[in-house]
Amino acid sequence: MELRPILSALMRSKVSMILIGLQVALTLAIVCNALFIIGQRLDRMHRPSGMNETDTFWFGSNGFGQGYDVKAVQQSDLALLRQMPGVADATSTNSVPMSGGGWGTGVNLQPKQKTQTARTTLYMVDAHALDTFGFNLVAGRNFKPEEIESHTQSERLQSAAVIMSKALADKLFPNGDALGKQIYLDDDSPASTIVGIVERAQQPWVWADNDSIENATLVPTYLPYGNSTRYLVRTEPGRRDEVMKAVEQKMSEANPSRIIGKLRSIEQVRREAYAGDRAMAIILGAVIFALLGVTALGIVGMASFWVAQRTKQIGTRRALGATKFDILRYFQTENFIITTMGLIAGGILAYAFSLWLMQNYQSPRLPWYYVPIGFLCLWALGQLAVLGPALRASRVPPAVATRSV
Amino acid sequence: MFAYYLQLGLRSLRRNPILTALMVVGIGLGIAASMTTLTVLHLMGSNPIPWKSDKLHYVQLDNWSADDPFFDDGRPPDQVTYRDAVALMEAGKADKQAAMFKLSLPIQPENKELKPFQSLGRVTYADFFAMFEPRFKYGGAWNRDQDHSHARVVVLGKDINEKLFGGQDSVGRTVRMNGVDYSIVGVLDDWKLHSKYYDLTVGAFSEPDEFFMPFTTAIDLKQRASGNNSCWKTPADGWDAYLDSDCIWIQMWVQLDSPARLAEYKSFLDSYVGEQKKLGRFPRPINNRLLDVTEWMRDQRVISRDVEVQTGLAFAFLAVCLVNTIGLLLAKFTRKSGEIGLRRALGASRREVFAQFLIESGVVGLTGGFLGLLLTGLGLLAVRALYTEYKTVAQLDWSMIATTIVLAITSAVLAGLYPTWRACRVQPAAQLKV
Repeated sequence: MELRPILSALMRSKVSMILIGLQVALTLAIVCNALFIIGQRLDRMHRPSGMNETDTFWFGSNGFGQGYDVKAVQQSDLALLRQMPGVADATSTNSVPMSGGGWGTGVNLQPKQKTQTARTTLYMVDAHALDTFGFNLVAGRNFKPEEIESHTQSERLQSAAVIMSKALADKLFPNGDALGKQIYLDDDSPASTIVGIVERAQQPWVWADNDSIENATLVPTYLPYGNSTRYLVRTEPGRRDEVMKAVEQKMSEANPSRIIGKLRSIEQVRREAYAGDRAMAIILGAVIFALLGVTALGIVGMASFWVAQRTKQIGTRRALGATKFDILRYFQTENFIITTMGLIAGGILAYAFSLWLMQNYQSPRLPWYYVPIGFLCLWALGQLAVLGPALRASRVPPAVATRSV
Repeated sequence: MFAYYLQLGLRSLRRNPILTALMVVGIGLGIAASMTTLTVLHLMGSNPIPWKSDKLHYVQLDNWSADDPFFDDGRPPDQVTYRDAVALMEAGKADKQAAMFKLSLPIQPENKELKPFQSLGRVTYADFFAMFEPRFKYGGAWNRDQDHSHARVVVLGKDINEKLFGGQDSVGRTVRMNGVDYSIVGVLDDWKLHSKYYDLTVGAFSEPDEFFMPFTTAIDLKQRASGNNSCWKTPADGWDAYLDSDCIWIQMWVQLDSPARLAEYKSFLDSYVGEQKKLGRFPRPINNRLLDVTEWMRDQRVISRDVEVQTGLAFAFLAVCLVNTIGLLLAKFTRKSGEIGLRRALGASRREVFAQFLIESGVVGLTGGFLGLLLTGLGLLAVRALYTEYKTVAQLDWSMIATTIVLAITSAVLAGLYPTWRACRVQPAAQLKV
């Protein structure tokens, strides 16, 4: 392939060449980094919570007025919920994974320890929790009904027995022998014994990093917040929406001196928790799409112009014996050269961009393979974009060379 | 002459409709992307109270554990304890001061047709209204005496007054919340804040407060905050022990009318913490901060990182669109070398050719700008659909519309500059030869 005539032709329209190259370079840098960010967000959004998310929902009950016995209402609510048709099980809990609000505390291996060994969230639940959440018990046992303690907000939390996620258990006891060990859920609280370990249980805070997101502990406690209690309900498969409506009505009827808060399915809790990540992914996706479109159209426009400008030369070449394929190949090669130069600059720009994101936004480093993949995609985009004008060029009849102007 | 060039420009643009459309759409998309993100960025970070943002200061004291800082980077905790808030309120050393926290209460309407509902409000001091200056529709704030007497009074937001009293003047009437009657002293008018800057600890774009009541009253009734509560030591049992503890759950603002007052207040805080140290509290080194409104908003990252990254990417995208437009204009103008040569040979000066083609680029920019404005509107609708909590910051105002148009024309003219310069350097003689 004769590269020299192509290069010397390019040298005569340096500016246009630089413009296309610059466009390709910026496109590569933006697309690589945007795709990487989208990938990170999708990873975050798909972290498993460890619970059954499809058949569960939760809601709050806020009592009001003097003489409201929050504990008695909790007991009767749970009894009512558990016998409703379509309900598989129910528990009271202070929080659920991904809900964004909950109880966090330090967890220590020694009493009066100065710095915390780890931090954990506490889910204050009863003996129905494992069944209702759908947490998978991998070692030990469930809470016993007699272990459930009732507290008020002004009392110190004490639980003799706790169940924790495997991630937290392994962090505290790296030898894997956490079951039966004692921990301290505060600087000077009495010891708690780990009676059970669940495969996975996520914290309520989705901004937590992957290292700490599964630091969760279940404590057998009922602790109303003032006159407020929250319930988690698991329904029989496929009956969630219908049961939600029935529960909302039943709960309001059961006691008029309280307000039933909005019922939220855990699927909705997940959607709301990750709405920002989803939005970011969609917006960056739209930018990538528009960017590739603009770049492709830019190449088409420029190539069409070059073809029009060189119609006479093309005719001359054809008259001198060049085949249609030679003409086509000429324009494809020319595009390849320009794109490649742009891509080399773009590769450097992509890493510079990534460095800026790392420094300002604690973003991780762009993995090396994004840039080579970007190369392949933009080469393909360039070749496709130039194909139309190049085909038009190849159809220029040799007779054009003989006409003047 | 301008009108004639405009006409020439339009005619030339109509001659290559596809190329023209490419340029207009390119500029339009680039403008829309950058203006959508810039609008959100601009409104998110906009100063909510420009006339006194440097006078309002957020109080931070470091009462945290000696072994474990509150923030790893050494910034002091973002809230204060009850005992410190009350001590600072009672000292009254600032020109105005207000401690506050968020509270969720059930409201039991008199009107039996309305079901009781849960409402989010704010517990604070009388000075709050003078400091943050919401406008009243009816009545006014409670006074400092009512703070002292733990009065059962309430100021309602506009929406809740609409709901409970059909928007009528309800001052003097009562509203029952959690079994207690409060008498209404004031009703706020619309209070449109882009961000809820006076309490950034529970999200800058959370719903507006629906009611306000005196701090002292809420403490009397043992109401716990609905915001964040952090403790580094578990408090002993009981409400009084909780109030006495080192748990932080209160936001504290002071108004200091001059730099001298600010300096005085700083030294007052230092001596206050010094005295507390003698009582065995505040084990960490003195680390008081008095950030003003804009500094506090920056510290709390009211402008989210995502929006900053999006804006950066959108402007990079605009750059690509402009490079694209330069290329296309260059192509277009180069094709017209013959025409330019003819005009020059007939006596047109370079300046005139320059003006003619710059006007043509300007027309492209203006059209692209209008398209961009339209797409920006759509883009903001999309942002509102994607981020439901951004409804206060995803709206166009006149300054942003003007910015859009100016940005569009400037970019198009800048993009047109080089191709135009090339066009007017055409040598007449070279073009007239066949």
